[in-house]
Amino acid sequence: MRENRTFQWRLLLRFGLLAGIVPLYTAAIGMVEVFNAREVVQGLLTLGEMLVVFPSLVVGYLTALHLRRDGSNPVTALASALVTGLIASLPVALLVLINEAVPLRGMFVNVTPALIKILLFEQEQMLTGLGLLIGALTLAGGLGGLAAFIPERFRRPLITGLVVVILSGLLSEFIKQILQQFVSRNALRQIVKGKSLTSQAAGAIFAVTYLISLFWISKGQDVKSWYNRLPATGQRQSRRVANTVLGLFLLILPWIMGPYLSEVIDNVGLYIIMGLGLNIAVGWAGLLDLGYVTNFAVGAYITGVLISTGPLGIGARLGIDPLNFWMIIPIAILAAMFTGFIFALPVLRMRGDYLAIATLGFGEIIRLLALSDWLKPYIGGAQGILFITKPDLPGLAELLPLADWAPSFVEMSQKKGVLNGLLKLLFYGEFSGPQELYYIILAGALLVLFVAIRLNNSRTGRQWMAMREDEDAASSVGINITLTKVLAFTVSAASGGLAGAIFASKVGTIFPNSFSLLVSINVLSLIIIGGMGSIPGIVVGALALIGLPELLREFSEFRLLLYGALLVVMMLVRPEGLWPSPVIRREMLSVEEESEEPPPSDKGTTETPQALHSLWEPTD
Amino acid sequence: MSDNILEVQQLVKRFGGLVAVDHLDYELPRGSICSIIGPNGAGKTSFFNCLTGFYSIDEGDVIFDTYSLKGLEPFQVTRLGIARTFQNIRLFSNMTAIENIMVGQEPHLHSSWIGAVLGTPGTRREERMVEEEARRLLRFVGLRGKGDMLAKNLPYGDQRRLEIARALASKPKLLLLDEPTAGMNPAETLQTTQFIQRLRDELGITILLIEHDMKVVMGISEKVTVLDYGKKLAEGTPQEIQNNPQVIEAYLGKGAAQLLAEG
Repeated sequence: MRENRTFQWRLLLRFGLLAGIVPLYTAAIGMVEVFNAREVVQGLLTLGEMLVVFPSLVVGYLTALHLRRDGSNPVTALASALVTGLIASLPVALLVLINEAVPLRGMFVNVTPALIKILLFEQEQMLTGLGLLIGALTLAGGLGGLAAFIPERFRRPLITGLVVVILSGLLSEFIKQILQQFVSRNALRQIVKGKSLTSQAAGAIFAVTYLISLFWISKGQDVKSWYNRLPATGQRQSRRVANTVLGLFLLILPWIMGPYLSEVIDNVGLYIIMGLGLNIAVGWAGLLDLGYVTNFAVGAYITGVLISTGPLGIGARLGIDPLNFWMIIPIAILAAMFTGFIFALPVLRMRGDYLAIATLGFGEIIRLLALSDWLKPYIGGAQGILFITKPDLPGLAELLPLADWAPSFVEMSQKKGVLNGLLKLLFYGEFSGPQELYYIILAGALLVLFVAIRLNNSRTGRQWMAMREDEDAASSVGINITLTKVLAFTVSAASGGLAGAIFASKVGTIFPNSFSLLVSINVLSLIIIGGMGSIPGIVVGALALIGLPELLREFSEFRLLLYGALLVVMMLVRPEGLWPSPVIRREMLSVEEESEEPPPSDKGTTETPQALHSLWEPTD
Repeated sequence: MSDNILEVQQLVKRFGGLVAVDHLDYELPRGSICSIIGPNGAGKTSFFNCLTGFYSIDEGDVIFDTYSLKGLEPFQVTRLGIARTFQNIRLFSNMTAIENIMVGQEPHLHSSWIGAVLGTPGTRREERMVEEEARRLLRFVGLRGKGDMLAKNLPYGDQRRLEIARALASKPKLLLLDEPTAGMNPAETLQTTQFIQRLRDELGITILLIEHDMKVVMGISEKVTVLDYGKKLAEGTPQEIQNNPQVIEAYLGKGAAQLLAEG
C-alpha cells in the first residue's frame, strides 16, 4: 500500500511529458502561432492557447482519475495532477529559456518573437511570463484533477458541455452562415463576433448542453425503456415519424445552410457516394483497393467529353448535339463498371498487400493518361476539359401554363428563405448552384445507399464477406472466387463513376490534378475512420474527414498533420471506427445477450426426420 | 453406377522433390463411413486437398459419382456434392453463425446480384428459404439460439459443430471430415462420433474421416486405410488393422496397441 501514498513518479512523468510535448511540438512547427489568430470564445480563449493549456488539463484529469481508481487518497491524487501539470509546462518553458540564450529561429523558423510572446501570455518581463506559463499549466493540471472528483453524473455533462462549446467556437463561422439567414444582423452580433463566439453565447451553449446532458443521464434510461415497451406498431410508427423528420430535414438542408456550406455538403455527399462504393470492395469483399480514383476519373472524363460545349466535347468534334446530363449518368456508371471489370482481371490472383500496390498503380496510370500528350487531343491533357454544362430539368414553369403568374413567382423566388429556394428550383429546374446540385447528390447517395443495403443482405453480400474472411474456405463451400471478386470490383466502381459524373457537371471544368492519389486515400480513410463495413460510419467518416477540414480551411497548412494524428489516435482508441457496423458493435457490447429464436416449432422442417433435431445431444 | 462413390486411381501429388501422395489407389463404398489414419506428414490432408480441388492432381485420376475431379476448382467439386471441414477450423469468423450456414448453401442458390438490388420475388423467396434452412441446420447441430453470434465468439466445440453444419448446408453426397474430434474431451468426442454415425444412417451421407483418435476410428469405421509416406500401408476392417502386425509396429506402437486391447 506504500505505493499508493507516495507519488507514482513514473506515471506522472509519462503523462506530464506527453502533455508537454504537444505544445512544444505544435509551437515549434508554428501551429500555436497560426491557431492563436483564431479565438474560440471571444476575449477569453484562443485556439493557440488551447493547444498549450488543454493537454495539461486532460492529463491532470487522467492522472487523478487513474490514482483515484487505484485507491490513492484525494490529496495525493490532486497533488499528482498538479505535478503532472507542472511537468507538462517544463518543455515549453525550456523552449523559451533556450531561445533567450541561443536564438533558435535559425533552426526552427517558426520560433518567432510573436510565438514567444504568446507562450509568455503577452508579458513583457520574461520571468513574469514564464511564471504565468508554468503556473497556468500547473493550474490546468490541478483543475483537471479536480474534475476527477466530481461525481460521474455531473462530470459527464460538464465534459460534454465543454466539448460542445469548443466545437461550436471552432465552427462559429458555420453557425454564423446558418444564423444570418434567419436572424437580424444585430442579434447575430450578440452570438458570433468576427470568427468567434461571444462569451454570453458560449455561456448559453454550455448551460443548454449541460442541462440536456444531465437530463439524458438521469432520464435517458427511462426514455429507452419507454421506447422498448411500445408495441411493435408503435415502434414502427415512431421510426416512421423519425424518418419523415429526417427526410424533410435533408430536403431543406441546403437552404438552411446557405450557399457556402451547401458547397461543403456537396463535397461530403460526393465522398459519401464514393465511400459507399469503395466500401463494397474494401469493407465487405476485403479487397484493399488504393486506386478508387480511377473510377471517379473515368466517370468525370466521360461526362466531360460527352456534354462539354467546348472544343473537346462531342458537339464540336463530331458535330452532334452534346448529350444531356441525365443521359450521361447511366453511361458514366457503365463506363466505370467496365473499367472496374477490366482492372479486376489482372489482379484476380493477388491478395492483401500485393493487391493494394497493384491498384495503387492503376490510380496513377489513369492520372498520367489524363495528363499525357497522347490523349491530349481527346481529353485536353493538363488543360483539362472546359465548358461542362450544369444539369437542368424542365421546371413547372415550362410544364404547366403558368406564364401569367411567372413574374410573381420570380419575385417570390428572389427572396431568401427555405421554401423560396425550393420553389425556384421547382419552377425553373436549373441546377445552377451548390444548393440546387445538392439534390442531385442527395438522390445519387440515396440510390447508392439503397443498392448497397440491398446487396449487403443478399447472397452476393454474403459471398463477398465469406471471401473476405477466408478465400479458401469460401471456395470450399462452393463460391466461385473469380466471379465474386470481379463482381465486387465492378459493382464498387459504379458509384465512383456516378460521383465522377456529378463532380464534372458540378465544377464545370476537369483537370488531371483533380484525380490524384489523395482522392483514393481520402475515400479509404473515411471508411476506416467511420468503421469498416458500416454504412452510417461512412456518412460520419465523410463528415469528419471531408466536412470538417473544409470548415477549418484556414489551417490547411496543418490539415494533413491533423489528419494523420486523427488516424493514429483513432486506431489506438477506437479501432472499430466512429460508428461500427451493428454486428461488431453488438459483439463489443455484450457477447452474452443473444437474440431469442422463435420457440421451436416442428413445422416446416420437412426434409429431415424430427428425431434428428437434437441429434447432437447425447442419447440417454 | 458403381457401388463406389469415390474411386481414386494411381493418384500422385508432388511438391518439388517430395511425393506427398504416391500412386494411391482408393475406393470408397457408397453409404459407408471410412477412415484414413497415418502418422503426421503421411499425406492424409494432402489426399483430402487433392480430392477437393485445393491441390491440382499431378498424375492419376479421381472419379466421383462418374465425374472426374481432375482439374476442377474447389467450388466446382463442392457443387458436385463433396463437402469438407478443415483440420484447423476455418469458419468465416466475422460473420454470424447463421450467415456461415447461409453461405454454405451456395451450390443450391440461383439468385443474382441484380435480382437482389431489384428485390425480385424469386430472390426474396430464395432468401427466406435460405434463412429457414439455416435455422433448421443450426438446431440440427445443437446450436439453437446461437445464430446471431459471431462465429469467432463461439466456444471451440460449437465452432466444430458450426463447421459441420456449414458443410451439410451444401447437401453433400460425400462429407470429408479432417480430424473432427481434435481438441475435444472424451464426452464431446463420444457425442461427435454418434453424430457422425447418424449423419450416415439417417441422411445417407457417405463419410470419409481423417482421425487420430483411435477410439473414434475403430468405433465407427467400416474400412480403415493406413497411409505412410503417401503410400497405402494397409487397408481393412478395424479388426484387421488392429491385428495387422505391420501397422501396430510401424505406426501405432506398443502403447496404442495396449490401449486397443483394452478398448
